[in-house]
Amino acid sequence: MSEYIIKNGHVFDPVQGIKGDKSDVAIKDGKIVKDTEVSSKAKVIDAKGKTVMAGAVEVHAHIAGPKVNMGRIYRPEDKLFTYTPKKGNLRMGGGFSIPTTFKTGYEYAKMGYTTCMEAAMPPLFSRHTHEEMRDTPIIDEGAYPVFGNNWFVMEYLKNNEIENTAAYCAWLLRATKGYAIKLVNPGGTEAWGWGLNCLTIHDPVPYFDITPAQIIKGLIDANERLGLPHSIHIHPNSLGTPGNYTITLDTLKLAEGVKAKNKFGREQVMHLTHTQFHSYGGENWGNFESKAKEVMDYVNKNKNITIDTGNVTLDETTTMTADGPFEHHLTELNHLKWANIDVELETGSGLVPYIYSPNISVCAIQWSIGLELALMAKDPMRCFITTDHPNAGPFIRYPRIMKWLMSDKARQDQLKAFKNSDKVIAASTLASLDKEMSLYEIAMMTRAGPAKSLGLSNMYGGLKPGMDADVVVYDLNPDKIGDPEEIEKAFSLASHVFKTGVEVVKNGEVVNNGNKRTLWVNAKVQENAQVMRDINEKFLKYYSVKQANYESLGHHFVPNPYAIEVDAT
Amino acid sequence: MTKSMTDVICPFCGTLCDDLEISLSDDGKKILDVYNACAIGAEKFLHSQAKDRITRPRLQQADGTWKEISYDEAAEYAAQMLSKAKKPIMYGWSSTNCEAQSVGHEIAEMVGACVDNTAAVCHGTTLIAVQDIGLPSCTLGEIKNRADRVIFWGCNPAHAHPRHMSRYSWVPRGFFTGKGHKSRKLVVVDPRVTDTAKLADIHLQIEQGRDYELLNALRVALNEEWLPDTVAGIPKEKIREVAEVLKSGRFGIIFFGMGVTQTLSKNHNIDEAIALTKHLNEFTKYSIMPMRGHYNVTGSGEVLAWQFGFPYSVDLTRGFARYNPGDTSTIDLLSRGEADAVFVIASDPGAHFPISCVRQISKLPSVCIDPHMTPTAGVCKLHVPVAFVGVETGGNAYRMDNVPIDMRKVVDAPEGMLTDEEFLTKIRDRVKKLKGAA
Repeated sequence: MSEYIIKNGHVFDPVQGIKGDKSDVAIKDGKIVKDTEVSSKAKVIDAKGKTVMAGAVEVHAHIAGPKVNMGRIYRPEDKLFTYTPKKGNLRMGGGFSIPTTFKTGYEYAKMGYTTCMEAAMPPLFSRHTHEEMRDTPIIDEGAYPVFGNNWFVMEYLKNNEIENTAAYCAWLLRATKGYAIKLVNPGGTEAWGWGLNCLTIHDPVPYFDITPAQIIKGLIDANERLGLPHSIHIHPNSLGTPGNYTITLDTLKLAEGVKAKNKFGREQVMHLTHTQFHSYGGENWGNFESKAKEVMDYVNKNKNITIDTGNVTLDETTTMTADGPFEHHLTELNHLKWANIDVELETGSGLVPYIYSPNISVCAIQWSIGLELALMAKDPMRCFITTDHPNAGPFIRYPRIMKWLMSDKARQDQLKAFKNSDKVIAASTLASLDKEMSLYEIAMMTRAGPAKSLGLSNMYGGLKPGMDADVVVYDLNPDKIGDPEEIEKAFSLASHVFKTGVEVVKNGEVVNNGNKRTLWVNAKVQENAQVMRDINEKFLKYYSVKQANYESLGHHFVPNPYAIEVDAT
Repeated sequence: MTKSMTDVICPFCGTLCDDLEISLSDDGKKILDVYNACAIGAEKFLHSQAKDRITRPRLQQADGTWKEISYDEAAEYAAQMLSKAKKPIMYGWSSTNCEAQSVGHEIAEMVGACVDNTAAVCHGTTLIAVQDIGLPSCTLGEIKNRADRVIFWGCNPAHAHPRHMSRYSWVPRGFFTGKGHKSRKLVVVDPRVTDTAKLADIHLQIEQGRDYELLNALRVALNEEWLPDTVAGIPKEKIREVAEVLKSGRFGIIFFGMGVTQTLSKNHNIDEAIALTKHLNEFTKYSIMPMRGHYNVTGSGEVLAWQFGFPYSVDLTRGFARYNPGDTSTIDLLSRGEADAVFVIASDPGAHFPISCVRQISKLPSVCIDPHMTPTAGVCKLHVPVAFVGVETGGNAYRMDNVPIDMRKVVDAPEGMLTDEEFLTKIRDRVKKLKGAA
C-alpha cells in the first residue's frame, strides 16, 4: 500500500494532546506510523498553513434503512437542483436532506468524515439497512438496532431478568449485524401500535405493564453486563415537546451510580442523543424557551453520560424517527405528508417533511438551544456535534455549525437576522455566551470524543501511531482566521482525506471509492436455552417471517465486515 | 428417502411466503413436490423442471425462426445495442433479485437508459399518491397481531395473493387477535362478488369507477356531516354504518389493489384512501398498504430509490436522474416513439402493455431476459433464458410491506445456464469496455 507523509501542518489531536503545533503525520499500510517509519518513497503532502485532524466520526445520523428510503421515495422534490452526474468511477447522486447512498458517502468524505453510525435500524429490516450501507462508499459504517420497544426486552425486564435481556441483545446484535443498543421513545412506540404514547418515564406501556424507566434501567444493566463497546444510546420520551427537559433529567438520573464496564475505554453508561430536542422549557409553543442550562448543568456534573447536540440548521428537511407517535403529532402540527412504518414486535417509525424557518420563533429558539448545549459543555470529549441528520438539518451543514461554534460574530449576526429577533434572544442565553470554540475543541467534539464514546478510540479519532490512517487536511490556517466564512468553507471541502491509508478526497473532490467496512459487535454469552426457546416461540407464533429467514448473512449484505468481539461468557 | 428443504421463499407474488417445504430427489437435483405453497407458487417451482425448457439464448431471424447463440454472443449483442442507443429503455426488474437490479442500474448509468419497473402499470399511481400525501403503513406481522378491522379495496387476494389472508390479514391468530378471523371485521369493496367478497362481513358492491366518491363519503361520515341518499351506488345509511365499523376498531388496515390504482381517477383514488387512513388515525389506529404484485417489484423501487432517489420511471439519459411519470415512463416513451432500443428483464410487457407499445418494441432492437418464452420474448430480437430466481439462485427480495427476505437456492439450473446477475455482469463488463474506448 502507498505511503504518505503529511508535512508541516497544524495538527489538532486530542488523543496525543497536540493543539495546533506544526508536526508531520505519516501513513503506511493503512495505519498511522511514526514519521521515521515511512521510506523515502512516501508521497509528500505539503500541509503548511493548513489544519490536520483525524477523520471525523459521526455518532448519530439516519443515512440507511427503510425510513430513510421511504424519505427518498416520497420526496422527489428533495432531489431538485441537487444532482451531480456520474464521473469516472464515481456514481451519480442527488438529494438534499435524504441524498442517495452514493452521494451520502461522497458528501461525508468531502467534509472529512470517515466513520458514520446509522442511528436506528429496525431489526426486521436489517438486510435493507445493510444493502444501503453496502452502496454507501468510502465511510466505515455501523448501525444501531432499536431495542426500546422490543417485546422480548419488555417481557424480560418486566420480571427484571437482566441476564436474559443481555442474552437476547447479544443474539439480536449478531442476527442483525448491529453495533449498539438503541432506544427510541422507550415504550412509547409500542403504545403507538394502539395510537397511544408514553409521555413520561413512568407511563406504563399498554398491555406490557412496564414503564419506560424500567426499560431504560434494564437495558443499561444489560449493556454493562455484556460490556459492549458503546453504551445504550437513547432518544428519551416526549421528544420535541415544550417543558420536556424535566423528562430528560429524569431519564439521565436513571444512570446515576452506574459505572461503565468494558475493555474498550468507554466511560459513559448512557449516550443521550439529539439533546436539543429534549431541552425545552415553557408550557406551549407560545412561551417556549430554552432549558439548555438545566440539562447541561446535569450533564457536566455526571461523567458517566455523553450527549450529542442535534443542531437545527434552519433548512427545509425531512424528519424521520422510530418515534412513531411524535411524527403523527408533527403532521398534525404542520400538515405535511406523513409516512408511518410500524414494525411487528420490535419498533415503528414515521416521517414528516419540516421547514425550520428563520421567520418562526420556535425554529430560531431551537437553533439557539443546539448551540447553547455545545457552548455550555465543560468537557467537549462528552458532547458531540450532530444534526440528528436529517431531523434537525442535513449533515452537510456540519461546517456551518462549526462556524457558529467558533465565531461569536457569526452567531450574533444570525441572531439579529431572525424575524422575531428580540423574542428569540430572550428565550435563551445564547446571545450572552461569547465563548468561541477552538479547533482543538472541535476535534474533541467530532473526532476523539465520539470515537471514545463508541469504544473505538483504538482505531479512530486520533493520529497516534498504530491507529487507522483516517487523516484530513483542511485548507484553514489556525493562526490567520479572519472571516468566519473561511471556517465553513474549509470544513466543507477538505484538501485531502485519507481513509485507512487510501487517498479518497483531493482538493475537495472525491477521487476514490475507498474500502468501506461494516462495523458490528459480536457479543458472546453463555448458552441460554430459555432465550433461544422464547425466540423460537415468538417466530412461530407472532412474526410474519421464519426465524431461519431473519439473519443478515453473507457477502451481499455485509461484504466487508469488521466484527468487534466481546466476550461476556 | 427423499431430501427436503424447509423455510423456502416463494418467488411469485408480493406476499413472499417464506415457509415453503420442498421435497427433492436423493441427488438433490430434482424438485419432486412443493408443500405449503399456493397453487401458483407450487407451479412456479415445478414448472422449472419442465423438460422442454429453453436453455440457451436465441436470436430471432427474419423468417421468425430462432437461432441459438452463446451467452457471450448474447451479452455482446445486448451491450452493443445499449451502447449505441440514444434513449434505451431498461424495463422490468420485478421478478428478479436486488443483486441483479443493482448490476442493471450500473449498466443503465453507463449507457444513459430509462429505467422503469412494473409499477408503471400497477402501483405507480400509488407511488404518485404517496408523494402527494404520505403513507401510514406497517409490516404484515402488525396486522396479524393487532388488526381487528380489515378492508380489501379493489383487490381480490383470494386469487391474486392466495395465502395473504391466511398468513397475515384475516385468519391468523396473533398476539392480540387470539380468535383469528372471528376477532376481525372484514370489509370488501368491489363491484364484483369475488371470492374475497364472499368472505366479507360487509361487502360494498360499489358502482364501477366510483371509488373516489365512496372514499370521500366515508370521510364525510366520519365527520358526521351531510351525505346524499346514495354515493357510488351505496345507500348513505350503509356508508354511515361502515364508517362506524371502521371507527370502532382498535387497529385497522386498508389493503388496495389494481381495482383502485388503474381505474378512473387513478392516483387521486389513492390520495383519498390515504387521506381516509390518516383521518381514521384521529379516532384510532389505522394503516394502509398496496397489494404489490410481482414478488420483488417493491425491491426494484427500493433499490432505485436508494441509488437514484426515485422509485420508478427514472430517466438517466442526461447523465443524472430525472423522474417525471408521463414523460419518463415506459409506455409513454414507447407510444411517443422516443425510445430507440428496448431491454426487458424479469417481466412481461408484451402481455400487459397497449398493443401499440408492443408493436413498437417489435420494431426496435430489443432484448428480453426471461426464463420463460413469453409474449415479450416473442416480439424481441434476442431472448435470453436465465435461471429461475428463488428456485435456481437466491438473492434478496422485498415483500409488499418492504420487509427484505433473502431467497434460497433450491436446485441447480440446467447445465450452463446463467443467472440474471451473472448475465448482467457480462453485459456490464462489456459496456464498460465499449464506453471506455469511446
